[in-house]
Amino acid sequence: MRHLLGIEQLSREEIETILDRAESFAEVGRRDIKKVPTLRGRTVVSLFYESSTRTSSSFELAAKRLSADLVSVKASGSSVEKGESLKDTVATLSAYDPAAIVIRHPYAGAAQMVAGWTTASVVNAGDGKHEHPSQALLDVYTLRRRLGSLEGTRIWIVGDVLHSRVARSNLIAFRRMGAEVTVCGPPTLIPRGIEELGCEVSHSLERLGEAEVVYALRMQRERMSDSFVPSLREYAASFQIDTRRLNPRQLLMHPGPVNRGVEISAEAIDSPQSLIAEQVAAGLVVRMAILYELLAGGEHPVPAREGDAAQPTPIGQPA
Amino acid sequence: MSLADALDMRPGEDANVVLRRASVLDPVAGIEGVHDVVVRDGRIAELAAPGEGEAEGAELVEAEGLHAFPAFFDPHVHLRAPGQEHKEDVETGTRAAAAGGYCGILAMANTEPPVSTAADVVALRELARADASVPVGFLATVTREMAGEELTEMVELREAGALGFSDDGLPIASARVMRRALQYQRLCGGTIALHEEDPELSGDGVMHEGPVSAALGLAGIPSVSESTTIARDAALAAYEDARIHVQHLSAAESVEIVRAAKAAGVRISAEASPHHLCLTDEAVRSLDPRRFKMNPPLRSEADRQALIAGLRDGTIECIATDHAPHSSEEKDVPFEQAAMGVTGLETAFAALHTELVLPGAIGLELLVERLAGGAAPFGLDRPTLAPGAEANVALCDLAAEWTVGEDGYESRSQNSWCAGRTLTGRVLMTLAAGRVAFRLRSFSLGVAA
Repeated sequence: MRHLLGIEQLSREEIETILDRAESFAEVGRRDIKKVPTLRGRTVVSLFYESSTRTSSSFELAAKRLSADLVSVKASGSSVEKGESLKDTVATLSAYDPAAIVIRHPYAGAAQMVAGWTTASVVNAGDGKHEHPSQALLDVYTLRRRLGSLEGTRIWIVGDVLHSRVARSNLIAFRRMGAEVTVCGPPTLIPRGIEELGCEVSHSLERLGEAEVVYALRMQRERMSDSFVPSLREYAASFQIDTRRLNPRQLLMHPGPVNRGVEISAEAIDSPQSLIAEQVAAGLVVRMAILYELLAGGEHPVPAREGDAAQPTPIGQPA
Repeated sequence: MSLADALDMRPGEDANVVLRRASVLDPVAGIEGVHDVVVRDGRIAELAAPGEGEAEGAELVEAEGLHAFPAFFDPHVHLRAPGQEHKEDVETGTRAAAAGGYCGILAMANTEPPVSTAADVVALRELARADASVPVGFLATVTREMAGEELTEMVELREAGALGFSDDGLPIASARVMRRALQYQRLCGGTIALHEEDPELSGDGVMHEGPVSAALGLAGIPSVSESTTIARDAALAAYEDARIHVQHLSAAESVEIVRAAKAAGVRISAEASPHHLCLTDEAVRSLDPRRFKMNPPLRSEADRQALIAGLRDGTIECIATDHAPHSSEEKDVPFEQAAMGVTGLETAFAALHTELVLPGAIGLELLVERLAGGAAPFGLDRPTLAPGAEANVALCDLAAEWTVGEDGYESRSQNSWCAGRTLTGRVLMTLAAGRVAFRLRSFSLGVAA
């Protein structure tokens, strides 16, 4: 793999390779010294044109755990604010000869364009409403750990699908891993033609009981002003995931940050069936695995799996 | 009116040329066969028997195996002058037109500032008389500064030489203003050309709304944004007995509405663009705004087929490129941020020949007819090869293969939707309003007799 631009471009095998790699990093994370020397002397640029807490911090920590040098650029406070074009910013940062550029941008296709302008590997950390592949990979990783396999698993993605890059990447990833996906929300927030991505569409939570996994999306307050829904109150009445609608066997996920009491009730978030904390933890190891696969994957054999400690591997050595 | 009389171009010498043994095709005039096309003093003097055309004092072009068509007319070009000469100007834009086989074009008025006063029109006509290699007509805006609120001084604009009116680039959102313009047309004449779109429905859309926009997470422009506005304006035109021309049809619903309006006797004509006839929204999966972002957007295969059907049955009487040059700074950005529009003058014939004629979707006769069909809706003479007519000729090699962009462009901009494509069929030489407007550099000419 040269870049990670979207789930769309990944095969099931490539997804599994990254997940397997993440498993081995989870093992590293349980040691006292959590750092490995794999990317020592190489530079990772983190270029964020939108605010982000968990994605930027976990990518940055992932780069540090792999011993890379990190340059972190935020759009606010940088020359981007002075009107520099994306192309010129990338040219400037490319002068540092980075091994990877992790980019989040408010517009679709930005990561792909950057890949055409630099020799670095490009990681899409979210491009507009298009894709958010690292989120989808960490969600698949979380589910795979819990369920063993996604084959045949029924997953409902509920909420503002129209404005969600997470919904798009996850839908593709879940399908590719063999799951059956239903997207659910008010008709104003479900994009026309989405069913051609291989999902079912529902405008009611009536049949939510058939889901084994419920994936709730963030409902943004600004959607009220553009007549997508009449009010948060009415939205919550029809689409909020609460403990009344959720049955105890169902798993609950959310990409964060959560609007408590809007898309999910507070009790549901804190219930034992919620995987939200596990998703955050998975974010770090999966992003380590992504950087590893892009920057070192071709050079080293797949490291030993857990319980197979007899085989020393490059990432098994402390820094 | 003939193009030379009605439009403006740089002064030049009337051509004396003989196209020896050309395959001549002018479907409207009913001419088809191998002839010597004799052009004398800028007019078609004679279609002589092969090898028998009088070449005395004329340039002789060995045209055996080549096709001579009536040159094309494009009623929808953005020359970008005044104000955006970094994208295109009258000289480069008309050179691109000549290279595409065009003998005349109409320039849109959405410049900076827009063409809204008689002085603007006079200045542009003067510029064309200095710089244009093919005849150019200028449209003026319907509303002042294209704000969609007050009408321009349409009578004075017509007296200054505005060929017609259009706010192209923006729709006339207000039905009241639209109706006033149609009423006022009785006083000033001039076809009103319409960019049909409901801004409320288009919103911040950047591509066709459908499965592809759903997959890409891009905001969609629904087909009904175009079709509902056409329905409104067809009804208004019927009510006011006005003459309207619908620009760049893109959706199946729109074709249906125009067809029904024509059947009901509404004075309405319509155009379609080569990119809408050849491409669908599937191309947008590349997220390449340089080639595939324009307004109206590339739509579905069903829409494309409806446009082809409309071209066949005459619902759409002309092909118009909507040649819309943009600089690299405006296109080398993510899709949603990029400017809308692609260039098309230099590739229209070759692209449509390659994508529609060779696969059998339409015949060569129909293509040739529709490429010249843009003159009549604006009251201009259709280019023809009939003896006695002003010489407007496109000489084409239907077998020539070429890759777009390899030799650069005559246009100042490089946002051709065909960039990198290999096309079959090429314009070798263009006669426009009786003058030689273009010769392909690599096309060697015969010696003068």
